[in-house]
Amino acid sequence: MKKFQDWQGTIIVWALLLTMPFWIGHIGGYTTLGTRVVVLAVAAMSVNFLLGFTGVLSFGHAAYFGLGAYGAGLTIKYLAASSMAGLVAGVLLGTVGAMLIGLMIVRLRGVYFAMVTIAFGQIFYFVSFRWVNLTGGDDGLTGWTRMPLSLGPLSLDILHDETAFYYFVLACFGAAAAGMALLLRSPFGRTLLAIRENERRARFLGIPVDQHIWMSFVISAAFASLAGVVYAYLNNFVDPRAFRWDQSGDFVIMAVLGGMRSFWGPLIGAAIFVVLQDKLSSLTDYWMTPLGLFFVLAVVFFPRGVLGMLKRRRAT
Amino acid sequence: MSQVILFNLLNGLIVGAFYALMALGLSLILNLSGVINFAHGGFLALGAYFAYSLAPITGFWIALVIAPLGAAIIGVAVERVLIRRLYGRDPLYSLLMTFGLAFIFQDGLKFIWGAQSVPYQIPSWLASPLSMDLFFLTGYRIFMIAVVAIAVGGLFLILGYTRLGIRIRAGTLDLDTVSVLGVNVRVLRSLNFGLGIYLAGLAGVLAAGMLGLAPTIGDQLIMPSFVAIIVGGLGSLPGTLVGGLLIGVVSGITSVYFSEATEAVIYVMMALILMVRPHGLFGDEGRLQ
Repeated sequence: MKKFQDWQGTIIVWALLLTMPFWIGHIGGYTTLGTRVVVLAVAAMSVNFLLGFTGVLSFGHAAYFGLGAYGAGLTIKYLAASSMAGLVAGVLLGTVGAMLIGLMIVRLRGVYFAMVTIAFGQIFYFVSFRWVNLTGGDDGLTGWTRMPLSLGPLSLDILHDETAFYYFVLACFGAAAAGMALLLRSPFGRTLLAIRENERRARFLGIPVDQHIWMSFVISAAFASLAGVVYAYLNNFVDPRAFRWDQSGDFVIMAVLGGMRSFWGPLIGAAIFVVLQDKLSSLTDYWMTPLGLFFVLAVVFFPRGVLGMLKRRRAT
Repeated sequence: MSQVILFNLLNGLIVGAFYALMALGLSLILNLSGVINFAHGGFLALGAYFAYSLAPITGFWIALVIAPLGAAIIGVAVERVLIRRLYGRDPLYSLLMTFGLAFIFQDGLKFIWGAQSVPYQIPSWLASPLSMDLFFLTGYRIFMIAVVAIAVGGLFLILGYTRLGIRIRAGTLDLDTVSVLGVNVRVLRSLNFGLGIYLAGLAGVLAAGMLGLAPTIGDQLIMPSFVAIIVGGLGSLPGTLVGGLLIGVVSGITSVYFSEATEAVIYVMMALILMVRPHGLFGDEGRLQ
């Protein structure tokens, strides 16, 4: 019964995502808003891969998000004017960064792990802030744009066509979601769940826990850097705030808000976060109050996240 | 050159004292109630603005004492209504709620006192340098360090010798036992939260005298304060104090030799310390996972 319901959810999510450009205009949105939701959903889902399915809180995924964004921007600006080259370079930079940092922090747990991940994010933030020659410092990296795609005879003008760009981002989202779903169904993913549920028992069963957490961290960071790449493409711009701790905090909030034990929860959290922020900030200068109030009320009334709450409603 | 170093050393000490004051409050709340309070910077700003409104009426000195008390009263009210719902739950929810509270604080301060930064008047005899040679040694800087020292000394006296303080320390170790022994844990947590917020408010008033006021005054202080807690080691208040002063001084000295790394150095230091000592300098092994 439960399996069937998960299936239904997945079909509904994909039906909505694939048709987004056709209906979003009718409910007062615009295509770029939908693109933002999908981009940030990739980041929130990557954080949730670690948080919800491995039980490890990274409060510094902005580090890899930012590395992806700067990697892509710098590649297009200085090395090769191609969106695919930027994407590969950005994801590679973020993943390699996470491999090295992961080695240093994999023994830490809980609050200490969260804090050290923040620390590395902040180090990148201040480096990008101060290294003005390369990154443009506080003004951000400008003077580049995403490039139209051309794969053999097929070409897609993602630069000027917002809808085409949305589908490009959605393809990246699909690849990330499929990758994560497959990994979670594999023996590796099941082992991660075992570590989440009871790390000590997993260790006694002979599972190399640190190694698994390292791999989960690197995989999750790779998807976060993919999100960073498409975020940079979305804005045709990167600035140091992509690295800052409140950016990481936003990802965690999206995951918790949507429901961190569920696969699609972070997507819903990202949608709520982005749409609320966009709508409220266009209505009033004091948009932070209703958004903050929403977080507070969510903790009081939806303790399992929005999706977790809906699931429980349905069960009773 | 030695003057430059001395200047930055003193500056680092002052900044470190702010971090320590804020971090001690965060630590108190985290240790007893397991809540990570991201709204702490908002309470700091609240204390500062209370002083800004009070000082023209009551004068500088009374505002210095009363304004943090006002912040603490608001703090206890917020704790009673909202924060208490976080007790015993995953610390992640404290992230979500206190992030939300921080947003609300920032807007509220902007709404009441305006988004522009405003100056905060300090007594003129505190503002002048003590001597010509040491031009940077204004009375206010010395005064700030003295106030922080008194506040921290007072905190440790309260924790060491009063019934409230002993109960807070006992509750940090084993709250269930303290509750079974007949202590009203709800009141204890509220008072403890108020105490933490009082320290934040005091830091706010002091910071206002040096930097002026803006709704975002607490924003630059909150992350370094967490760093101070982690460097000192979770669960250890003396560790938090040492951590705060240490990162302040290290970043002050770094600004002399490699000014680009002034802000980044504390995070590098924290990462290095945690790799060598996974529980910080004075943290207890295995507590507060």
